Amino acid sequence: MTSPNILENVTFDSDGFLEDYLDWTPDIAEGIAAEEGIVLTDRHYIVINYARKIFAETGDAPTMRGITKNTDVSTKELYALFPKGPAKKAARIAGLKKPTGCI
Amino acid sequence: MKNIVILGAGTGGTMVANKLAHDLSPNEWKITIVDKDPRHFYQPGFLFIPFGIYTANDVIKPKKNFLPSTVNYVIGEIEIIEPAQTQVTLTDGSVLPYDYLVIATGTRLAPEEIEGMMGDGWYKNIFDFYTLEGATLLAKHLDKWQGGRLVVNVAEMPIKCPVAPLEFLFLADWYFTEKGMRDKVELIYATPLPGAFTKPVSTAVLQSTLDDKDIRVETEFDIMEVDNETQVIRSYDEREVAYDLLVTIPTNMGAKAIINSGLGNELGFVPTDPRTLQSKHHENIFVIGDAANVPTSKAGSVVHFELETVIENIKNHMAGLPLEPTFDGHANCFIESGHGKAYLIDFNYETQPLMGHYPIPRVGPFTLLEETRANHLGKLGFKWAYWNMMLKARPMLVSNQMSMAGKVPVSEN
Ligand SMILES: Cc1cc2nc3c(=O)[nH]c(=O)nc-3n(C[C@H](O)[C@H](O)[C@H](O)COP(=O)(O)OP(=O)(O)OC[C@H]3O[C@@H](n4cnc5c(N)ncnc54)[C@H](O)[C@@H]3O)c2cc1C
Repeated sequence: MTSPNILENVTFDSDGFLEDYLDWTPDIAEGIAAEEGIVLTDRHYIVINYARKIFAETGDAPTMRGITKNTDVSTKELYALFPKGPAKKAARIAGLKKPTGCI
Repeated sequence: MKNIVILGAGTGGTMVANKLAHDLSPNEWKITIVDKDPRHFYQPGFLFIPFGIYTANDVIKPKKNFLPSTVNYVIGEIEIIEPAQTQVTLTDGSVLPYDYLVIATGTRLAPEEIEGMMGDGWYKNIFDFYTLEGATLLAKHLDKWQGGRLVVNVAEMPIKCPVAPLEFLFLADWYFTEKGMRDKVELIYATPLPGAFTKPVSTAVLQSTLDDKDIRVETEFDIMEVDNETQVIRSYDEREVAYDLLVTIPTNMGAKAIINSGLGNELGFVPTDPRTLQSKHHENIFVIGDAANVPTSKAGSVVHFELETVIENIKNHMAGLPLEPTFDGHANCFIESGHGKAYLIDFNYETQPLMGHYPIPRVGPFTLLEETRANHLGKLGFKWAYWNMMLKARPMLVSNQMSMAGKVPVSEN
């Protein structure tokens, strides 16, 4: 397991999301996941990789619907992987900004 | 002769048709507008129908009354848009070629998106009020209802008029109080949001109103299914909320034709530049109103504020000029809070809802973020302004861009 100290080398915004998504590494993902009480598996990485790809293209993290429509992860599984607010939690672990969400 | 085709003759399409008919030369441009339904609905009025305050008569007028006679008005259903061919095909097979296209197809309610929503209880003890049919049937049901647990649930964000579910609860509290049966009714609001509303400042104000009215809020509730048998709604994280009467705001999606044409995002809303309101993918397509994916509220007031940007940028594009990034996300909504009072909130892409007076700084007559009788009258007056001023794209007292004069930003905490 990665030591949480790895998170001390990068900066987070006031919402606890990584300041620069290019600072992200899989080790950092593990560190943030550990804070959230999550152990990352290949299934988590399907979501994380998709979220990073969308963020690079659009500047915004994907919605839950976006994730479930474009990966083989169902909403039910998404909740199991990232309990309590999957879109937000997945974005944080993927090193992205807090999703703009809805107005 | 060149063609401008407007898809949808609701709030936005009607305003665009009036403005373009006024601004463009009829010898140069043929303006066509298409809609599948000949009736224009004043949708904000749907909120008042369940409580017997309005009936269908208050909210329906013929669409053609609001369209200029110089515009070619086609009643028909859009089947597919083909940007590569610059043409739109209707379900009856007719083809409308365009030089410019304005998409104003709004949102569609999709209760079928949630498992069990349209089961045995649909329109028996499960209703929506975002359609005329749902609101009318709910009025009949409430009239005879003996009380119990009334749950209002927002299935998924974004929804148009995100304050309407709260207004429904405030009005329900008032309605049952007037009927002398408030003590027989439990009011519960189950929302996917982390608080009562989408913006932190208004959430704080509205939360205290909910507390005062004894309305319980279940936050971060992402509905997975409706169990018609046991009368509970269940969330993805396995929470259950029991209901006797379920009032749902179903998933709001873009038109099927948008999705079938590959022009929509995962919910069928069109990717649109938030400042210029041009489609992100096709330079001769502009988008107004609920159909766009721009990050502001889906509301009639927003459509009104977007109008000038859309019209000016169509004309700029025709003249080969750069587009102006003039839309700032401006939205304002009256929030009916029951007992003859209402709140008013005003915000844009950057600024949280503000305290102050509106539209004239320090004078009003409307007070922002405070519950007053004048705001309530403003809300009712909106119906008159909608039918008589807005749809015809007549100038109104309010400006498109949000003004900071006379307003005090409220701190977020
Ligand atoms: C209960 C409720 C309360 C509201 N309260 C308020 C309020 O207080 N204040 C406020 O500002 N806003 C309010 N709104 C929101 C407001 O009504 C909408 O945001 C506004 O009407 C959106 O305008 P639009 O032109 O984008 O879409 P619409 O006015 O919905 O028009 C879309 C049009 O497209 C047509 N269409 C769609 N698909 C097709 C197709 N395939 N073929 C042909 N035609 C098609 C439809 O028939 C419709 O006429 C409320 C809405 C509801 C439901």
